[in-house]
Amino acid sequence: MMDLDTQIGEWRAYLASRPEVAAADADELESHLRDQVDTLRSAGLNDDEAFLVAVKRLGSIDALTREFAREHSERMWKQLVATPEVDASIRGDFWVMLGWAVAAAAVVLVPRLVSGDADAVWSFYLRNTGLLVLPMLVGYFAWKRRVPPRRLIPIALVFIAGAVFANAYPFARFGSTEVLTAIHLVVVLWLVFGSVYLGGRWRTNRMDFVRFTGEWFIYYVLIALGGGVLLGLTVGVFSAIGLNIGALVFNWLLPAGAAGAVLVAAWLVEAKQAVVENMAPVLTNVFTPLFAVMFVASVGAIVFTGHGVDVERDVLILFDVLLVVVLGLLLYSISARDPLSEPELPDIIQLTLVVSALVIDVLALVAIVGRIAEMGFTPNRTAALGLNVVLLANLSWSAWLSIGFFRGRRPYADLEQWHTSYLPVYLLWGALVVIVFPLVFGFA
Amino acid sequence: MRIAKDLVAASSTPIVLSILSDGESYGYAILKRVHELSSGELEWTDGMLYPLLHRLARLGFVKAMWRSPEGRRRRYYVLTDRGRRALEDHRRQWDLVSAVLQGAWHEMRSLPVAT
Repeated sequence: MMDLDTQIGEWRAYLASRPEVAAADADELESHLRDQVDTLRSAGLNDDEAFLVAVKRLGSIDALTREFAREHSERMWKQLVATPEVDASIRGDFWVMLGWAVAAAAVVLVPRLVSGDADAVWSFYLRNTGLLVLPMLVGYFAWKRRVPPRRLIPIALVFIAGAVFANAYPFARFGSTEVLTAIHLVVVLWLVFGSVYLGGRWRTNRMDFVRFTGEWFIYYVLIALGGGVLLGLTVGVFSAIGLNIGALVFNWLLPAGAAGAVLVAAWLVEAKQAVVENMAPVLTNVFTPLFAVMFVASVGAIVFTGHGVDVERDVLILFDVLLVVVLGLLLYSISARDPLSEPELPDIIQLTLVVSALVIDVLALVAIVGRIAEMGFTPNRTAALGLNVVLLANLSWSAWLSIGFFRGRRPYADLEQWHTSYLPVYLLWGALVVIVFPLVFGFA
Repeated sequence: MRIAKDLVAASSTPIVLSILSDGESYGYAILKRVHELSSGELEWTDGMLYPLLHRLARLGFVKAMWRSPEGRRRRYYVLTDRGRRALEDHRRQWDLVSAVLQGAWHEMRSLPVAT
């Protein structure tokens, strides 16, 4: 007969092998089990009986881990979206993905087949890439998540509206408003795709979509790097044997590959979850302190030298990038953090990062607004300024909430809640730029 | 008595918050208290209490901390101000529901029994 400690040890090891159950939770359940065993033993049961009854009362480990998964989505976000029954029925996932990827690659080649005017084709790509490729991603996830068709109707309407706004306006070719529309339309469509990713329910688990976006981006960059090397070598080898295939590669293989890779990266995020899940938090942890040091040093330099931020022409975009990077780091660490733990050192570094970035941005903004008043509103400046204000609002309130969390006034979840409920603001801002900017600035 | 699953689910949050309003406690002690208060009639699957407690902590209704006053390490839960407000809210809702049921049953008793 095994002694009690060994039995409890085995039970615990089995429990802890489930990714849904963190070590601290296993500790908590073990201390519960031991309390229960003690009570039962003092009521006259022997060790074995007490252990069996106590384990039975806790409930089956499967049921228990399911409950933990439901509560702690940060540990098991994939399982949350795809229920086990659905998972088991999806065998041909890879082939379905490949089908959509081929469709995406094929559809981006169509404009090149029908038009010989290279500039017109690039301008079409610029405005329509998102409209061509993202429906494939929507299709793949609609199938994977079994999204009811009626939930896809509003999504389809947004895509149709996007196509109208991107193509009906008489843009000056490669002008500011065309480029701005292109960029903002992709963001809008991506956020709309998010509701399909979440299985047609946009209100729940938005953080899962934020995680997906971050990991998809990492995979896409990796694929792009590898693909770039592959294409470069291909061109090089062929030119060594006297064949110039540069135009073929650049005009046909590159667009097709880039479109297909969108699907492949999404599939990789879903299929190889554990790999990047480890990489992304590590990257966040490495870069958060480094960026914090850089920002604090910059604030120090501004204060020490008394120099303001020197605003030449369109540096505003630099500060937008700065805030986007900060927001990305912040979202990633929020999504990976255990909301139950107390404020710790990484949270302090994070707050330092946000506050110092905000200080720099406000200094820059003050200087830039003055300059814009002098130089006038161009589409680019206005878009950059608007985005800056949207980001600033997001991050300032986030900093305020973190301070509340440090003072023990608020739970960490408020912070997560704020960021996820702010996402539609980006969608609205993007839609505004797509719809209104070209009209206001005369399609320049 | 067997209590419907939906009712157990709906009542578990106010029950846990109420027990914690008497002072901090840990999982096993909370379950013991539920057992006492219901004279053993209300049976929860023990393990399910923990995801619920974690949810309450995430919502900021309770705060969790590890301590070991009697030797064994346990995670204690304390009601926060926000949790107290949530409890008040739950109480108003349950008072209303129970008043409605009492009223309805009172009338029922005074009606002649259909034959």
